[in-house]
Amino acid sequence: MTAETAAHAEEHHDGGHTTSTGISNEKLAMWVFLGSECLLFGGLISTYLLYKTRGNGRTLPTDVFDIPFTSVSSFVLLMSSLTMVFAVSAIAKGDIRGNRIWLATTAALGATFVAGQVYEFTAFYSEGLGFTTNLFGSAFYALTGFHGAHVTIGIIMLMSLYVMSMRGNLGPERAETVEIIGLYWHFVDIVWIVIFTIVYLFPQ
Amino acid sequence: MATVTPESPDTAHGAEEHAHPSNWLYVKVAIYLALLTAFEVFTYFETVHGWGDNAIIIMLIIMMLLKFFLVVAFFMHLKFDAPIFWRLFVFGLILAMAVYMVMLTAFRFW
Repeated sequence: MTAETAAHAEEHHDGGHTTSTGISNEKLAMWVFLGSECLLFGGLISTYLLYKTRGNGRTLPTDVFDIPFTSVSSFVLLMSSLTMVFAVSAIAKGDIRGNRIWLATTAALGATFVAGQVYEFTAFYSEGLGFTTNLFGSAFYALTGFHGAHVTIGIIMLMSLYVMSMRGNLGPERAETVEIIGLYWHFVDIVWIVIFTIVYLFPQ
Repeated sequence: MATVTPESPDTAHGAEEHAHPSNWLYVKVAIYLALLTAFEVFTYFETVHGWGDNAIIIMLIIMMLLKFFLVVAFFMHLKFDAPIFWRLFVFGLILAMAVYMVMLTAFRFW
């Protein structure tokens, strides 16, 4: 192996197939996708900022938000990122059982977050804030609903990895697949970091 | 033109170990994230409202950016990965911020 190819091998550290650039195409595609997702969530967050005060005399953020509850949900999602890196780390080391445990834990934490969001939406609705109540309601549900849908898709992908692992189709040679799903999961987490601060914690 | 020879399993595994930091580093990052979240939530309560909304918003933005950077750099491995991934993601991020800053300005948000 020449010095150049050795450098490529070092850079392409997933143990999967090689490319002429030494960079995984799948991983590159995921990063491009995540870059484009910034535009989607940027649009939704900007729309929320524009309409958060447009209550038309009806329910506004200060009337409905339950910060202690949402803080716990946020903490749960943050910790799911930790369990996700443990899953990636485990599969890279060939620890199949550890990978399986951490994947299931991450999915469970994600499901807890989504359950919290469903509870929150139900509580807000019963307090008079529906999707069409006012512009604030529409912008809020669109933003947090899209995020919740992303988390749900992430849970489905994690469970798919878990099933693959149970069937013996997820060994160390597929470590990059777990890492790519992990990238998506962490992205969902950083989007929530922004949403939690801007939507829930900014002074109204 | 660069030619690439298939890696031996040993090479790939060795590089993998090099690329992934220890679990303890991840735990430390998670502790920082939890502490920053706790500080963020603290700013919501009445005790700090005497500081003024602008001061609180600036503090929250700084903490949010710190959390964002910690997750992207360590959990998403951008600190250890090929620079092209970092550039692609930052490009999307900056493009989004620029587009929506213009939009918010056009709608007289500020």
